[in-house]
Amino acid sequence: MSAEYVVKMQNISKEFSGNRVLKDVSLAVKPGEIHALMGENGAGKSTLMNILFGMPAIWNTGGYEGSIEIDGQEVKIDSPQKAMECGIGMVHQEFMLIPGFTATENIKLGREDTVPTVASRLLGRSLEELDRKKMASDARKAMDTIGLGIDENTKVGGLPVGYMQFIEIAREIDKTGMKLLIFDEPTAVLTESEAERLLRTMKVIASQGIAIIFITHRIDEVIEVADSMTILRDGTFIDRIETKDTTAARIAELMIGRKVEKLVDETEDHRELNKDDVILKLRDYRVDMPGETVRGVDLDVIRGEILGIGGLAGQGKIGIPNGILGLYDSSGTIVFDGESIDTKKLGDALKKQIVFVSEDRRGVGLLLEESIEQNIVFTATQVENKFLKNYGFIKQYDHAAAKKHAEDMIRDLDIRCVGPEQPVGSLSGGNQQKVCLARALTLNSKLLIVSEPTRGIDIGAKKLVLELLVKLNRERGLTIIVVSSELNELRSLSDRIAIVSDGRVSGILRPDDSDADFGLAMSGVKVGGADDGKA
Amino acid sequence: MEKLKASMKHVNIPRLIIILFFLLILLLAYINGIDVNSYIGSILKYWGMWGILVLAMVPSIKCGIGPNFGISLGIVCGLLGSLLAVEFGITAWGDAIMPGFGPWAAIFFAMALSAVFAWVVGVLYGKILNCVKGSEMTVTTYIGYSFIYLMCIVWFRAPFQSGEIKWPIGADGVRNAVSMDTSFGEVLNDFMGFYIGGEKGIYVPTGLVLFFLLCCLVVYIYFRSKSGLAITAAGSNPNFARANGINVDKMRIKGIAISTVLGAIGIVVYTQGFGILQAYTAPLTMGFQCVAAVLIGGATTGKAKISHVILGTFIFQGLLILTPPVSNKMLAGTDISDTMRQIIQNGVILYALTKAKGGSSNEE
Repeated sequence: MSAEYVVKMQNISKEFSGNRVLKDVSLAVKPGEIHALMGENGAGKSTLMNILFGMPAIWNTGGYEGSIEIDGQEVKIDSPQKAMECGIGMVHQEFMLIPGFTATENIKLGREDTVPTVASRLLGRSLEELDRKKMASDARKAMDTIGLGIDENTKVGGLPVGYMQFIEIAREIDKTGMKLLIFDEPTAVLTESEAERLLRTMKVIASQGIAIIFITHRIDEVIEVADSMTILRDGTFIDRIETKDTTAARIAELMIGRKVEKLVDETEDHRELNKDDVILKLRDYRVDMPGETVRGVDLDVIRGEILGIGGLAGQGKIGIPNGILGLYDSSGTIVFDGESIDTKKLGDALKKQIVFVSEDRRGVGLLLEESIEQNIVFTATQVENKFLKNYGFIKQYDHAAAKKHAEDMIRDLDIRCVGPEQPVGSLSGGNQQKVCLARALTLNSKLLIVSEPTRGIDIGAKKLVLELLVKLNRERGLTIIVVSSELNELRSLSDRIAIVSDGRVSGILRPDDSDADFGLAMSGVKVGGADDGKA
Repeated sequence: MEKLKASMKHVNIPRLIIILFFLLILLLAYINGIDVNSYIGSILKYWGMWGILVLAMVPSIKCGIGPNFGISLGIVCGLLGSLLAVEFGITAWGDAIMPGFGPWAAIFFAMALSAVFAWVVGVLYGKILNCVKGSEMTVTTYIGYSFIYLMCIVWFRAPFQSGEIKWPIGADGVRNAVSMDTSFGEVLNDFMGFYIGGEKGIYVPTGLVLFFLLCCLVVYIYFRSKSGLAITAAGSNPNFARANGINVDKMRIKGIAISTVLGAIGIVVYTQGFGILQAYTAPLTMGFQCVAAVLIGGATTGKAKISHVILGTFIFQGLLILTPPVSNKMLAGTDISDTMRQIIQNGVILYALTKAKGGSSNEE
């Protein structure tokens, strides 16, 4: 009767203002199948699903190329309403629930069952009375299907996150004619036991003939529940495989792939690293940074090395430096060069010569309205009393010295600007990053932590920034920690790479370790590597 | 063309309009045969009198709190200091040491004492403002208002003994207008004061203007020191400041305390120039005039410079002083001077608020 596939997307391409994010991607899902859509951050998973769900973000930017078939019939999905009519539902990462409403009301929102009343007969359907009994029983049925045991009259606000997710799912499966349900990284916000229950629920839903597309980057979950998967990398279709024909390592390899470009040219390396000369030691280190929580990291940084910290977004790698610098609350021990760092005392790390270049350039890294000169010398005036001139009993800002220094930095780092007076807010991203680095270089530092050094800057500036870091390490013997989402970048310049997953170090690898190892570490599977036992 | 557009962005439209308006009034005054010289003398006097109060806006804007509508806290401290200088008869003490030194002793005593009061009040005020980040402008206005009314009760019951201060009928409490003639009235104004162009020319209150410019210099120097730079950074980007080990809350307290102290010194200078000390509700709306003046000078709710204070106070006071005689000449029988002040003052504040991005709400 119906076609083999419930949904079939063919040769989908999508451009955002000249930037091709999807190239000839195909996807096909059978009824009752759990199909995983996998790839690194930025691989194009979300864009593909937004196309399938007819999100306005797609149509406002010129639509897409390629075709979509539902049950063998070609359709044009140009709005989420249309997608719903086609029987496609989506469980969002951010919950779309109204806290003050009960579970039933949330499940039935917009699709309420009603009975006619006198007023409605006179004045139209919108005045019909709610059929609360039927709504409650429908909601009960949907919740029972997925094993959600709470009372259907409970208010949604105040429920644990896991329950909210289940209410979202209940709402989707309550819709009649549901054929395909999309889960967008559903386990990202759940605890372990909640995640397990969710996976079980997905199997139950699938057994009723509803197809599921499951977006994730956790390989273990995929192995557990998915029947088949499509892997994307950098917007291109890599493969469609059946789970039973593959292994976790193989999936990881396909996801990451080997990029051939070398970001940093080889430099002479005269360093002698002593494995026992630890400059920074973290033990049971936790940081409460929203979205980047660190849940107990043990890590040693060796004097003179470049240590990369990698991992997928939201896993906690960004939280590590932010906690050390005292920008977010942290606990555990931090021993730096023999002294312990008190993160409660603002600026303690800075005083002990740990210099941090933030990933949030515009928010934390710069005074956007101030001049390049001010931005470069500011920290030095505060921490090291540099660029201050003594006039008897008062110290005054030494504009002449600061200007000269800023000009030197502008020349050395090739900051493109009209002069040291230009406000940094009007510079390009790459040049702003160079200003941030110039500020760091102005300070005497024992440890330089650079977070996302190349985010949002063009390829030329990228190479320059990375080479600068290597140069600092080789010539000044500076210990550097580079935190980055771009694995390729870390592999180009680091001596060791710590991969953070779920707030913990899941492995410390060498840059030339296999893609599979990196993939496994990123998906949270503990692996051995350059430095066993520290993870 | 691009360059023209870019430079247009930097032109402060209300400032431009008001400067043109001021020049127009000045022109009209000449045309209508008004004795411009004496009015320019008044402008110089009021410029010096208001200057320090307007200067008090700079630290509060720089530290990220925005214009300090609650400058009346500092004003009240200044009034208290001045009254105590009168009460203790500092002028007589000073004259006893060296004839002619009395008024100077009194005014510096008043400034020093009120600065101490203002620092304490300012620190507490800053602590309150740290609890209401993002809505400072509303809160400073309310605190300023309520403090004035609270002090009305104090003024009314205060057990001053000096006959200069007590009500003429002999009851306790501060009288409506306390004359400064016997203490430090006009001491700064008359210091090295001279006329340009003879007795009918422009009177320059040298001491007053010098003192105002001296205060500007001190504030300028302070904001180029390490601690001043830290305050500016905390106001400009709190997250940046925190990443540089600066305690943003402390900097805000420092900024508002400095502002309050300047307010206290400002009202002492204002009172000496005015010759009469007015307690009770007289300072109620002084905050608005200060804010308007600094905004006319080119400041925004997030950025202010000393030059904005100097220019803004001159233009604003110039308009207030020149508009009435001109309008009286041209529209005989009407008195639109105060209406004019209200329109300019509140209009400018309103315009600035539409451009504001709201206190330090950019903090995470």
